[in-house]
Amino acid sequence: MIALTVNGQQHSIDAPPDMPLLWALRDLVGLTGTKFGCGIAQCGACTVHLDGQPVRSCVLPVGGLAGKAITTIEAIAQNPVGQKVQQAWLDIDVVQCGYCQSGQVMAATALLTRTPQPTDADIDAAMAGNICRCGTYVRIREAIKLVATGHTDAMRTLADAAPGADA
Amino acid sequence: MNTSVRDASGVDQSRRRALKFGGLTVGFLWLGGSVGKALGAVAPTPGDATAAAVADGNPPFAPNAFIRIDLDGSVRLVMPFVEMGQSIYTGTAMLLSEELGVGLDQVRVEHAPPDDKLYGNAALGLQVTGGSTSTRVGWQGLREAGAVARTLLVSAAATQWKVDPASCTVERGQVIHSASGRQLGFGALASAAGKLPLPSAPVKLKDAKDFQLIGKPWRRVDAQIKVNGTAQFGIDVRVPGMKIATVQACPTFGGKLKAVDERPAHAIPGVLAVIKLDNAVAVVGEHFWAAKQGLAALDIAWDHGANATLDTAALEAALEESSRNGTPILGRKVGQDHGEGKLVEAAYHLPMLAHAPMEPMNTTVHVTADLCEVWVGTQVPARAAAAAAKMSGLPPEKVLLHNQYLGGGFGRRLETDSVEQAVLIAKQLSYPVKVIWTREEDIRHDLCRPMYYDRISANVDGQGMPTFWRDRITGGTVLGRWAPMGLTKEGLDGDAVECAANPPYALPNLYVDWVRHDMPEGLLVGWWRGVGPTHNLFVVESFIDELAHSAGQSPLAYRRALLKDNPRTLALLELAAEKIGWDKGPLPARVGRGIAVGEAFGSRVCVIAEVEVTPQGDVHLRRAVAALDCGMAVNPSSVESQIQGGLMFGFSAALFSGITVKQGAIEQSNFNDYRILRLNEAPKIELYRVDSSESPGGIGEVGTAIAAPALNNAIFAATGVRLRRLPIDRQALIQSEDAMHQVIASIDSNGTEITA
Repeated sequence: MIALTVNGQQHSIDAPPDMPLLWALRDLVGLTGTKFGCGIAQCGACTVHLDGQPVRSCVLPVGGLAGKAITTIEAIAQNPVGQKVQQAWLDIDVVQCGYCQSGQVMAATALLTRTPQPTDADIDAAMAGNICRCGTYVRIREAIKLVATGHTDAMRTLADAAPGADA
Repeated sequence: MNTSVRDASGVDQSRRRALKFGGLTVGFLWLGGSVGKALGAVAPTPGDATAAAVADGNPPFAPNAFIRIDLDGSVRLVMPFVEMGQSIYTGTAMLLSEELGVGLDQVRVEHAPPDDKLYGNAALGLQVTGGSTSTRVGWQGLREAGAVARTLLVSAAATQWKVDPASCTVERGQVIHSASGRQLGFGALASAAGKLPLPSAPVKLKDAKDFQLIGKPWRRVDAQIKVNGTAQFGIDVRVPGMKIATVQACPTFGGKLKAVDERPAHAIPGVLAVIKLDNAVAVVGEHFWAAKQGLAALDIAWDHGANATLDTAALEAALEESSRNGTPILGRKVGQDHGEGKLVEAAYHLPMLAHAPMEPMNTTVHVTADLCEVWVGTQVPARAAAAAAKMSGLPPEKVLLHNQYLGGGFGRRLETDSVEQAVLIAKQLSYPVKVIWTREEDIRHDLCRPMYYDRISANVDGQGMPTFWRDRITGGTVLGRWAPMGLTKEGLDGDAVECAANPPYALPNLYVDWVRHDMPEGLLVGWWRGVGPTHNLFVVESFIDELAHSAGQSPLAYRRALLKDNPRTLALLELAAEKIGWDKGPLPARVGRGIAVGEAFGSRVCVIAEVEVTPQGDVHLRRAVAALDCGMAVNPSSVESQIQGGLMFGFSAALFSGITVKQGAIEQSNFNDYRILRLNEAPKIELYRVDSSESPGGIGEVGTAIAAPALNNAIFAATGVRLRRLPIDRQALIQSEDAMHQVIASIDSNGTEITA
């Protein structure tokens, strides 16, 4: 059994030590917000935080993670920066199909935690590893700047109260 | 909408619809795609709608297939189209809610069950989300569905209050009688409204000036769940007792399984079963990792079959041979089939393309003696359910399919191959199984966009203007496999000539034909975002640029002259040119701008791309300006996002993507060798919309279809090099011998380029 600390909770999982964290999260812990995209650290869909640092969970064996704090998209709202990132994502409606967006939010949160006022070059460097097939890149960049500056020229969305979808 | 084939004026409605919706839909007309059916009429067979509502919790008020109102006043909207990023759940909810009289925050959206009759796409005749048709076909019918529901709720309230229904208003789920100060919520009225007959007269729809929702940038209804990880995609489905499988099919097109020794897989802890199919092996495990490790442990012997030596060169040679010696089918002829003056000609090659949606193909299935239950994100729920029935051997009514959010579709999820395979695997198991393809499997077993070889030419007069336009298109047909009876009696696939047969320009004489070139058996091709227009706009708009150059005119002036009789599209050309500052001063060295104009999916667009090409041949997208006339923009935020994303999708393919074949198999396998545009490579994109009160045009594919020619023309402007093959060949863009030496010096001993 391997002990993992995920979103502040202890989990004891029956997994071989070479199992990538991604599959431990999805298939054993039952947290499916972290996505499988490539399995070779090329697309960033599986990005989670390990002691606050963004890592690609699809190539990270669980065997070496005892004592490390793993944070996934499900708990990123507990991080003040993560909450701001999620709100900016809503304010200018970044998502399309949404499949890569857990990874995008995790990568952006890590960037803005480390560099609260990122330049375009900082954004390029931090976000180039996260592919979005729908091509939401223009709005991802704008949303990061919105978090950093509180300002955006991008189209803001209207919303009444609680969002409507839970299908 | 008119249900007759010919209207009072004798106009053939099928033809009119074909012109409105474009090539992909032409082929579907046979399928009974009728604007009078499904979404075109909001009172489908009452029995069917009632049964669907009963199955959906039996709400007291369900006046049609799309709206359910429960006693507590909650409003559920059943989505006839599938959500794969294009924001159609939001647009659909807006159309329904606008007329129903509720806010988007007051509704919940639900995936529709498989049902061609209730949820069929009126343009296509089946439950299909594709071809950028959803908003176009839903525009009228969905608003009518909302208005019918509102009318009944008002009627119920007015009856109870004994007042004239016309004296009542509706606001945010309440029927209000201001004169007496009374109001009742939809929940309180649901039972009474549910007992009323449907209105006999057509319901009146709101005037555009009274719209509360339509035309405003409402936040997506699925935004929250997609930023907090709770949106459930097909791959996230978890069913009690479920195990996980991964699969490898014979890499060679049409190849079969010869033999496999199962034992090495069983040595992997967590492996539960090895399943052999005719052309594939699946390993089932307690989790994906066990399944993957188990599959990797197997040494599988394949019968590679007839395509064992097939490669890209052979495929291209056969395509070119068809272009020259195959039997062409006329696409469109205008005026004479010949012209006078100088001949300008060119040939263009387009590669096969993989879809590579971010969510790899997957299906969860549980087959028991009398039920086949399927969980999948699909663009064709009813077709997928039918495929599951066929594979399971159970009758269609014994299949229960639950559609899910799609992690990208792009045409890949119009196919049911992965569903069929998953059912065949599940049939051999006593428990539910989620079959997940690796990315490698996803790319190697994609049904790729066909390759094309187009020979295009024009005779031009003394001023360089075309007197005769000739386009010979050669490539595969998807419709010919997917719904072969959709081809015309002459065998034409309308998608093959879409945007080539009807260019927006003044061309006095035109002859466009298509040679159907079927790939070798086993190599299946599929629809890919932008379908026919993505292919044809690249060729047509690149060639218009060639003609402009040949005429010694700027690409702007040349197009301007050819669009003089097409003011709606000309206005977009002028707008885009103004916004990018076309005539405002010189650009830096090796920076160029390229124009592309298109009329596709019921929308009109002009994009000007600005690129810089380094001396070493790297292409940097600096900026793109789009001018768009899509008629009424139901949700301006969604329209903008679709143009932004659509352009990225098209730029990505033009810069990087091409599926190649070696020894009968796809050579690419993952995002390392099938490159996708990344954020640091993405240009700024500005969208300028021409507001219009016309019915909405399609928007999900417009950007993709117009991207490549704008990029290609910009590369020409920057370098003077005309590329006629995609993806762009960087080596052809190396400026000088010095630059070439730099490129060579950057290649390591493995032949891999070291990028900065």
